[in-house]
Parts: sequence; structure tokens; C-alpha cells
Amino acid sequence: MSIHKPFDPDRPLFSNRCSCGKHASAAEHEAANLQKINEEQESANFIEASLVKALFPQEARRRAFLRAVGTGGAMSALSGFLPVGALQAMAQEKAPLEKRDLKIGFIAITCATPLIMADPLGFYKKQGLNVTLNKTAGWALIRDKMLSKEHDASHFLSPMPIAMSMGLGSDPSQMRVATIQNTNGQAITLANKHKDKRDPKMWKGMKFAVPFEYSMHNFLLRYYVAQAGLDPDKDIQIRVTPPPEMVANLRAGNIDGFLGPDPFNQRAVYDEVGFITILTKDIWDGHPCCAFGTSEEFIRKNPNTFAALYRAVINASTMARNPENRPLIAKVISPQNYLNQPETVVMQVLTGKFADGLGNVQNVPDRIDFNPIPWYSMSTWMLTQMQRWGYVKGDVNYKDISEKVFLLTDAKKYMQETNAPMTAQAKASSGNPKFKIMGREFDPANAAAYSKSFAISKA
Amino acid sequence: MMNSIKLKGALLSVILFLMMLAVWHLATAPKSGINQPDRVSTATASSGNSEYDLLMGKGSKDVAPDQKSGFPTLTQMGETFYKQLSDPFYDKGPNDKGIGIQLAYSLARVSLGFLLALVVALPVGFLIGMSPLLSAALNPFIQILKPISPLAWMPIALYTIKDSSISGVFVIFICSIWPMLINTAFGVASVRKELLNVAKTLEVNPIRKAFKVILPAAAPTILTGMRISMGIAWLVIVAAEMLVGGTGIGYFLWNEWNNLAISSVLFAIVVIGFVGMLLDMLFAKLQKMVTYAD
Repeated sequence: MSIHKPFDPDRPLFSNRCSCGKHASAAEHEAANLQKINEEQESANFIEASLVKALFPQEARRRAFLRAVGTGGAMSALSGFLPVGALQAMAQEKAPLEKRDLKIGFIAITCATPLIMADPLGFYKKQGLNVTLNKTAGWALIRDKMLSKEHDASHFLSPMPIAMSMGLGSDPSQMRVATIQNTNGQAITLANKHKDKRDPKMWKGMKFAVPFEYSMHNFLLRYYVAQAGLDPDKDIQIRVTPPPEMVANLRAGNIDGFLGPDPFNQRAVYDEVGFITILTKDIWDGHPCCAFGTSEEFIRKNPNTFAALYRAVINASTMARNPENRPLIAKVISPQNYLNQPETVVMQVLTGKFADGLGNVQNVPDRIDFNPIPWYSMSTWMLTQMQRWGYVKGDVNYKDISEKVFLLTDAKKYMQETNAPMTAQAKASSGNPKFKIMGREFDPANAAAYSKSFAISKA
Repeated sequence: MMNSIKLKGALLSVILFLMMLAVWHLATAPKSGINQPDRVSTATASSGNSEYDLLMGKGSKDVAPDQKSGFPTLTQMGETFYKQLSDPFYDKGPNDKGIGIQLAYSLARVSLGFLLALVVALPVGFLIGMSPLLSAALNPFIQILKPISPLAWMPIALYTIKDSSISGVFVIFICSIWPMLINTAFGVASVRKELLNVAKTLEVNPIRKAFKVILPAAAPTILTGMRISMGIAWLVIVAAEMLVGGTGIGYFLWNEWNNLAISSVLFAIVVIGFVGMLLDMLFAKLQKMVTYAD
């Protein structure tokens, strides 16, 4: 089947005759025109056609509009607010995909928002991918299913691919982080009975839950209590607990609090068992949390598929960054198939307008953000904390590991390609920007000194 | 006489069931009646605005109260039952399927693992039962492997098989094999000597002896083993599916737990119980069919 001209109001509707009227049938017309139409034009037409069709699903309306405005007018009007040119360029660049049917693992938390929303909103399909999102029962299983190649790509906690590549807690297997899924978006939730113990200095002897050992949750909680003068290994107890069980354990009084992923902080508030004492944004504004990645082997074997996947996820991130889209996103990711949570809860997490469990409505628009750039310095910081808490012994080549695991250059390339907004700093930066964590600056150039500089540490 | 006891028993069951429901109702319903004004007053006292209440899922009809993870009332349970059973075969993507489809997945896994175990356990059990030497040789292994919790195999299975659904089947296989094996061996070994002697006098060939004499004589014991195995398999599949996720009634339960939806969790528990009972009844029927009176 050939593609019709999308901006031609006089194209016959159901006639057997061809569109120009000179040939007896459409097939003959095609044959006559075949030489004229090159492939590029055809693909451009296809994209224009689908855009126009999407805007005016009803044939009659579309025709009326085109007649009223005139073909040229319609074209320029539409391309004004639709990235027609960019889409056409992208579609042409698409090389044949090595693998269309992909299985992607995810954990049902808001950190996976771009990854999840790309399914119901059609970002994967747009790239020609047929993705099955597999809700996975826990982080250890995410790791195992990536190692056993059951999943082609996966939602990760951002320190996980580093740990897996280094062979910590598993056989070494080179993993790559394509994008950071979300920045910020976590919180420390305490049980209601600790309302007067918001100062971490008073947390001695309390029990906390985090979702996984190699997680930002673990590192941030340790950092936070250590700043308050407590030793996270001696003064408090940290347990690894799956997020939904955190809320149940909080209700039962088995734990005193948790640093966990949303929507479970908000869920604890909604269920009236806990309150949000501090957002992780206030510990490190812009900290990475979850990541999207896959194995080095998958990328080597399926470079084009990986590129398509990359574009889909970056496009989703770009859409998720815009606060205006958040209510829609909350709606599409809340159902049973994905997060399986009440929409109000997800909405509060994504819009940042939330009940904190203490009777206040807080308004923190950047409670969660979806900045996809995997900076090397983020990975370097994680490595310093792994050293600090004894997960890694001895010297670490921060630069080498970070540059192997975090695909910063690719992320930038695909962001430019998909017209994702990037700050001037992001475009220019070397990949190692400095961060401020609880007021203290982290300079990745002096990582080794930094990891040894803490008073409370195992290094 | 027998009939009247049965009837009385049934009546008593119904009464017990109703009493249970009444206790449930009393434990859940009035609590919310007493707490509701209390809760609202604390909320309004601390916040004084309706916006906060709305975010907490109160004061709005759009937010169903059963989305909260408190213990459900009977009405909420009824609603859950109705909702799940009225459309058991819907399929809305890989992570949201109806209870009927989930059950089918679980049953398929259980039967596959069970049949594999049967294929291995019956011949091996026969051999062990007929040969005291083999019995003595294999006994230590069986004794050590038998008490291992099936779920303890899961990490090993995932690590070596590298496929979660096959691992699930393997776990069913490994847990259902032992009762069948032991019961088959026991049944075969304790076939009455008279029967074997008669067979010997009639000079029956070994194959014929196995199928015509030993198998029918040992069948009730073998089926007892199968019945125990099926019970264990059904216990294990739920736990295994909760662990690996994907599909099945165990995954359904885990997914609802993920949403802290206690009413759906209770619904899943009831369904698991009913299906387990039906499976057990099926084997009881089979057992009856092969049992003979002396």
C-alpha cells in the first residue's frame, strides 16, 4: 500500500479511480509514479499523514479544515507546533531493528515513571518496538533476571549496575546505564508515634528499612544519620525490605521508619500510619535514584534496537519533566497493570502538592524530577559511599568504572537528537559536575580523599 | 442416623460460618463508625482545611475507602468478590489479568511439575520397592533431600536454569517427587506375600507381575502419595509465584499486596483454599476408585 498525500483535500475517498484521475485504478497510478517517489519522501509523507490523521481523526473534518485553510497554510501551521521535521529526521535515521519484541523489567514505584508511561502512551511503539513490561517482585530478582537474560533491559537502582559490573553480590557482568530514570523522589517516612522525633540525633536505637543494599536509599539514609553523628551500623538498624512491606511493617510497629521509594512514602501518609519527615531532595537536591539500563552484551548485539529504546525512554523523560503533563502521567501509570496504586497517591508524588501526614499541605514541585543525564560524578559519589561503608575494599578507579557503566555521551547524543531540553551547563560540561550534599560540596576530582574524609566511616 | 448427623453437621457449619461473619462485621464496621468522627476531627483540628482531607482520600466520593489498607468490612469483601468473579477472564496487559487466567497459569505449572515428578517417582519408587538393595542405597539421599523446603531450591533453580517459569515448575517437581517416591516404594514393598506367591506359582513374567499384581495392590498407597504431593505442590506454587512474579495466583496475591489491598488478598486466600480443596477431593475420588475391599 502506498501513502496518500496528507495535505490533499481532493483525494478521492472510496473511489476505485486513482487520485490524479489519469489512471484507471490506484494500482496503475502507483506503478506510473513508482519511480518518482523516493523512499525518503515516502517516509516523510507517512509521518505527516499520521500526524494530520491524529489531529483530525474524522476524514470529513480533516478535509474541511484543509479546504478552509489551504494546503500550504495547514502545513506551515501544523509544523509550527509539531516537531514534524525532527520526527521525519528521526524516522529516516532508524536503521532496521535487530530485535522487536523486548521484555523490560520494572519495580512498581514512581521512579520507573518514564519507563512505564512509555508503554501506555505509545513511546515504544513509535520506535517500532514491541515492549512487554514485566512487573518484578524485588531488586534481587531484577538483578537475577538481567543476569539470566530473561529481561532485555531493565529498571535499576542506579548503584546496581555499578555493583553488578564490579561483581559485588553477584557474578561480574558488565551492565550499562543508559539514562537516569528519576532524580529526587524519595523521602524518609517515620511512624506516627515519632512525631516529636524529627531530629535525626534522636533516632538512636530505631529500626529503618531500605529497599536494597546497593541503592541510593541506603547511601542517603546512612549519609543523613551519619551527618547527625550516629553510626548507621551501630546506632540504628537498617533492614532490606520490599517497599509495600515497609508500610505494613510501619503499621505493625516492626520498623520505626524507612527511606523508601514513592508512592510508598505517600501511601504511608494516606493510610495514616506515618508522616514524611524529610524529602531526599533536601539531603541532595537533584540526586539520582533509579536508572534504566541493560547489559553490554545486549547493546553490542542489538545496537539499533538499543538506540530505538534509548529514544523512547528519553522522549518519555522529556514529557515527564514538564509539570503540565504530570496529572495525565499519574492517571496512566496508576492502574493495576503498572503501579497498582490509588491515583490520588501517585498524583501527590508527581505534582509535588502533597499531604505530609502532619496536617500540612506542602507544595514542592520538584519533589520528583526526571532528568535523564547519567553524570559520571554521580557514579563516582556512589563509589565513594560504597567505599565508606565497606562494600568495596581498597582503591577504586572511579573514572574507569564510571565511564564504563554510565553512558553519558550516548545520553547527550540522543537527547540532542530528540530535542530534549538540556541546560547550557549540561551541553558544555565535561561529565563531572560538582554536587552539594547537605551543604557539603563533592568534587569528583578528589573522590579518594572525599571517601576517606568522613568521621563516621568504615573506610 | 448417619444422615441426620451429616445434616446436623452441615447446619452447624453454616451457623459457625455466620458467627464468623458476625464477629468480622462487629470487629470492622463499628470501629469505623466510632473512629470516623474522631479521625475527621483530628484532621480538621490540625489542618483545618478540606484540601488536606481531600489529599488524604477523605470527603470525596471519587476515592473509594476500600483503597486504604485497613482491614476490610464485609461489604468491601463482598464487592471484591463480586468484582473479581464477575469478570474472571479479562486480560489487560502482562501485569493485569483476571483471576481465572491467573488460576489457569498456576494450575498449568502445578500439573506440569506434578506430571514430571510422577514420571520419575513411579518407576524409581517401583524399583526401590522391589529391590531391598536399591532401597538401602538410595535411602540416605532421599532422607536428606526430602526435608528441604522447596523454596530453598528457588535461588539455585533461578541461578542454574536461568528462567523463572521453568524454575517454578522445577520447584513443584522437586517438592512433589518425595511423597510419591516414598509411598510408591512403601506400597510396592508391602504387597501381600500371598499375591506374590500365587503369581510365582502361576509363573507370571515379571512385567505382567508388575502391572497385573503389584500395581493394583499398591495403587491405593501410590495415590495417597500423589494426594500428599498435590497438596504440597499447591502450597508451594503460591509461594513460588509470589517470589518470581509474572503470572499465577501467587503473583495476583503479591500484586494486590503491593497495593496493600487487604480485601483482594483475602479474596485470593479464599480462592487458593477452594482450589486446593477441589484438588484434594479429586484425588480422594481417584483413591476410592482404586481401593478394593479385602
